[in-house]
Amino acid sequence: MLIHPEEILETIKMVSNENLDIRTVTMGINLRGCSHPDIDTFNNNIYNRIMYYAEDLVKTTNDIQNLYGIPIINKRISVTPIAIVAESCEATDLTSVAQTLDRAAEDVGIDFIGGFSALVQKGMTPGDLKLINSIPRALASTKKVCSSVNVATTKAGINMDAVAMMGRIIKETAELTKADSGIGCAKLVVFANAPDDNPFMAGAFHGIGEPDCVINVGVSGPGVVNSAVRALKDPTLGDISECIKKTAFKITRMGEMVGKEVARRLHAQFGVLDLSLAPTPAVGDSVAAILEAMGLESCGTHGTTAALALLNDAVKKGGAMASSSVGGLSGAFIPVSEDEGMIRAVQRGSLTLDKLEAMTSVCSVGLDMIAIPGDTPSSTISAIIADEMAIGMINKKTTAVRLIPAPGTKVGDMIEFGGLLGSAPVMPVHKFSSEIFISRGGRIPAPIQSLTN
Amino acid sequence: MSSSRFIITVIGIDKVGIVAGITQVMALYNVNIVDITQTIMDDLFTMIMLAQIKEENFDLASFQQAMSGTGSELGVEVKVQHEDVFRFMHRI
Repeated sequence: MLIHPEEILETIKMVSNENLDIRTVTMGINLRGCSHPDIDTFNNNIYNRIMYYAEDLVKTTNDIQNLYGIPIINKRISVTPIAIVAESCEATDLTSVAQTLDRAAEDVGIDFIGGFSALVQKGMTPGDLKLINSIPRALASTKKVCSSVNVATTKAGINMDAVAMMGRIIKETAELTKADSGIGCAKLVVFANAPDDNPFMAGAFHGIGEPDCVINVGVSGPGVVNSAVRALKDPTLGDISECIKKTAFKITRMGEMVGKEVARRLHAQFGVLDLSLAPTPAVGDSVAAILEAMGLESCGTHGTTAALALLNDAVKKGGAMASSSVGGLSGAFIPVSEDEGMIRAVQRGSLTLDKLEAMTSVCSVGLDMIAIPGDTPSSTISAIIADEMAIGMINKKTTAVRLIPAPGTKVGDMIEFGGLLGSAPVMPVHKFSSEIFISRGGRIPAPIQSLTN
Repeated sequence: MSSSRFIITVIGIDKVGIVAGITQVMALYNVNIVDITQTIMDDLFTMIMLAQIKEENFDLASFQQAMSGTGSELGVEVKVQHEDVFRFMHRI
């Protein structure tokens, strides 16, 4: 037999016991041809275009899931940032565009649609402003629409007016979705250096410079890495890195094969394979568990940043060797509510917001799915965003913030979101005010690229 | 997809009639066995087959359903997966 039985059983074990999956097949669709001054025509154009490209997306991914026996958890669509496409639209409220996206998502049977987005790192156009002001109502009146706003890049600096505005928008979104613990905020990300080809939500959009229609695939597998690391006997950190690299290599190879086949069948271009260790609420399918497997008593204690740096780098190295199409975010995610190990670490007091912020300087994204008290001032939320954007800007990496100031909650409460979003313990924020700093507005200039000490 | 060859794995508690039951379904669907290996691993009956499907419009979903249906009657787990998934993961 060409493949050794032990290898076959290894693959099967990864899927059945260790939750290896293709987390998402995300189709990127260009909507630039849909612009129209009349909002109804504009919405119609968007709907028809999505239906045209994505009609067979779900059926094709299901066929491939059966063919290979690898679960494909989510089917998603990302579209051109709506702020760009809606620039010429005469309407000031873009909520109906989000509702159109939601309806198209429902009709093609996908799980999420991303791209209710704006890129405002250096300044805002009237279209950007319309979009950002529409976010709270858009997220409150839709189920599947995800929104993101890029407020900083290494080349442009940080748009602090946008940062101040996003603090208010997040609060307003939470307020409008308070019946569901502020779930609207779980669909809203603020970015620095947002990638154009990220298949993961809530931050996916179809960037400028992408083809007309593209398939990006997100593969996950913290459970597989966790088991592999735990199976090592008295390893050195070098052994652990080697083991993670090999595991990441195998997972990536599988993801690339699936992505290429989906793209081929849908006559779309294959874009990127994003290998990101995205935890799920399932026990063991946890990034915190991997860090603890390396020898930390509890995630968040001293040494966590170093362990995460090792993990993130080894995942990238394994992935880069396995595929020439690695892109998107690729690394380790640390969404608190979606990671059973992180939740436990917060509850036992070992993981704090400040430590999470430090961790984001070495992992692939940022402060993700963190619940904070409902009465947190919007300037404090903006200040948390500003800190995170600074980490991304200075370190030339993507960082993001997805905070949920769940209305009416206080530190220690648990918020249930259900499904992959999990449940989040409400974490404390600093009590001292950032109000004056945030109200100054303007721009933090782009950083110097030399004298790198 | 480079071929129409599938890896079929059968894992479960050993008992009389597993091979007979499983191969009967395969014969019914005109699926040919190219290679077969069977062993007991950690007290579990483990059979791995490399199977070839010749028909152009083969109904994979219905075959998979029939195989796992017979598998659950026999108390074993049956998976039918295209060989590429193993080839890509373990071979460069």
